[in-house]
Amino acid sequence: MSDVILATEGLSLSFGALAVTQDVNYGLPKGARYALIGPNGAGKTTLINLLTGVFAPAAGRILLSGEDITKLAPHERVKRGIARTFQINTLFGQLTPLQAVTLAICERRGHGARWLASLRTHKDAVEEAYALLELLNLASSAERTTVELAYGRQRLLEIALALAMKPKVLLLDEPAAGVPVGESGELFDVISNLPGDIAILFIEHDMNLVFKFAKRITVMVSGRIIVEGSPREIAADPQVREVYLGRGHHHG
Amino acid sequence: MFAFAKPALATPADRLIAAARWRWYETAFWLGTLLVLFAFPGYLQLASQIAIVGLFALSLDLLMGYAGIISLGHAAFFGFGAYVAGIIAKYGWGEPLSGMVIAGLSAGLLGLIVSPIITRLHGIALLMVTMGLCVLLFEAANRAVWLTGGDDGLQGVEIWPIFGTFTFDLLGRTAYLYALIVLFLMFLVARRIVHSPFGLSLQAMRDNPRRAPAIGTDMGERVRIVYTISAAMAGVAGALIAQTTQFVALEVLSFQRSAEIMIILILGGTGRLFGGLIGAAVFMIARDQLATSYPQYWYLGIGALLVAVVMFARGGVMGGFDRLVRWWRARAGAGR
Ligand SMILES: Nc1ncnc2c1ncn2[C@@H]1O[C@H](COP(=O)(O)OP(=O)(O)OP(=O)(O)O)[C@@H](O)[C@H]1O
Ligand SMILES: [Mg+2]
Repeated sequence: MSDVILATEGLSLSFGALAVTQDVNYGLPKGARYALIGPNGAGKTTLINLLTGVFAPAAGRILLSGEDITKLAPHERVKRGIARTFQINTLFGQLTPLQAVTLAICERRGHGARWLASLRTHKDAVEEAYALLELLNLASSAERTTVELAYGRQRLLEIALALAMKPKVLLLDEPAAGVPVGESGELFDVISNLPGDIAILFIEHDMNLVFKFAKRITVMVSGRIIVEGSPREIAADPQVREVYLGRGHHHG
Repeated sequence: MFAFAKPALATPADRLIAAARWRWYETAFWLGTLLVLFAFPGYLQLASQIAIVGLFALSLDLLMGYAGIISLGHAAFFGFGAYVAGIIAKYGWGEPLSGMVIAGLSAGLLGLIVSPIITRLHGIALLMVTMGLCVLLFEAANRAVWLTGGDDGLQGVEIWPIFGTFTFDLLGRTAYLYALIVLFLMFLVARRIVHSPFGLSLQAMRDNPRRAPAIGTDMGERVRIVYTISAAMAGVAGALIAQTTQFVALEVLSFQRSAEIMIILILGGTGRLFGGLIGAAVFMIARDQLATSYPQYWYLGIGALLVAVVMFARGGVMGGFDRLVRWWRARAGAGR
């Protein structure tokens, strides 16, 4: 497929005796709204860590628009358009959301190492950051320190930081994790309103959200992709029912 | 002049853009340092020591307070700068300004050379390596008696008058003004850094080294830059001590120097720029007053104070000050 933007070939990784990623061949096309599901410990987060360069694979390749990025450092992959959020909030505690997003924007522009110019000379970055926070309903929290923010706001900031990169590929690791069911809708509203050309892969345990937002679903069990298909196909798949859905809908 | 007379800044974005603007209390602080000249003419030598140690603490604050890189051997750069400045003055070039610049650049170069190692280390390993470098330099200076004077210190340092006019007088007026002006200029640089995108990226690395690369921060590069800048600043402080006292004691490279500067910074408050300066003033004045009369209790007292600060007053003197201001503002806000 020519419109595949991010792909893996034979990706594998083990932690000691535990094979967490086994020969994963995956493709994410432009504008994708794909979901990755699987029981706890299946290796979903690990796959994101491999794609973003946190872990180096034992075997296999990662291609971004056909170019091999397997050896690139995490920050270099970000520069090429792969952004992610974290399952467990991974934020800058003492910065305000406005500072954090401003920094992310400066980094995107390649200005992160400028040490002799105050933010006064990066006015447009600050303004862009504030506009992004407004878009995500975070404007009222823009000047609080991040540690003081309510959990749900921190989840939104996770997404804001990733969006500040203007990514081509967005990897969302359980964006609504820990958010009360009633409030997860707001998060997914934000996600569904993202520009259509961003390729999005999200990990999610809540099947209602998965079936609502994903055009295509990949099921991973014990580090292996066992089946891929449309929501309809996945819902009907006997293998999936057995290993995943059969054990109950949440945190099997 | 007064907070309420200023036009209100419209949005959070405007306020962040204006965050680097000069505040009234900063003007007050620096005017206050000038006042020392007239108010305490008998204490100018102590005052210049405070300015110099304050600069040393400021250099550590960029590294430790902002970037979160702990260094237990920062005296390596301070001492290196002191020896470079002392040696070039002893062997024929006593011009202070160029001497200071050369010393600062040399210490910065040393920092740049060491920094690639620093980027790969954390925790105990980082402490050991930074300490090790300092011990190494101490031993080298101790052995190279022909160059450094070893244990006896570097004697015969002769500093020419500043701009050929201002001689270093016995009262210490020139020394104090010289140290103060250099401190002020370095403070301006540090202030710029803190309010720059780079400064934000340092704090981001400190707060979360896992997230920083995920927003595109090249942490290795940032550590190299901040380490170099911090080392250069420490080197300038070292040069000042050599030039204002016209002597270099081996003690400038001692472990005690490294440990003390860390204590001073924690006392004053990390990540606040002014913390190191306030810490230096509190520590050195207390030592001047107490250490001579009660030498046996001095370290005991400092130890107890440090424990108290870490346990009860996180953020040191400046942190406590911050909380006071916030409490006062909240009260004023509630009354409105
Ligand atoms: N750094 C690591 N070192 C060793 N083992 C690890 C590491 N990271 C993850 N694992 C293990 O690898 C397996 C897969 O973990 P991973 O976090 O990828 O699962 P997951 O599919 O994201 O699960 P969950 O739905 O609970 O988030 C787990 O057994 C986990 O304990
Ligand atoms: Mg996970």
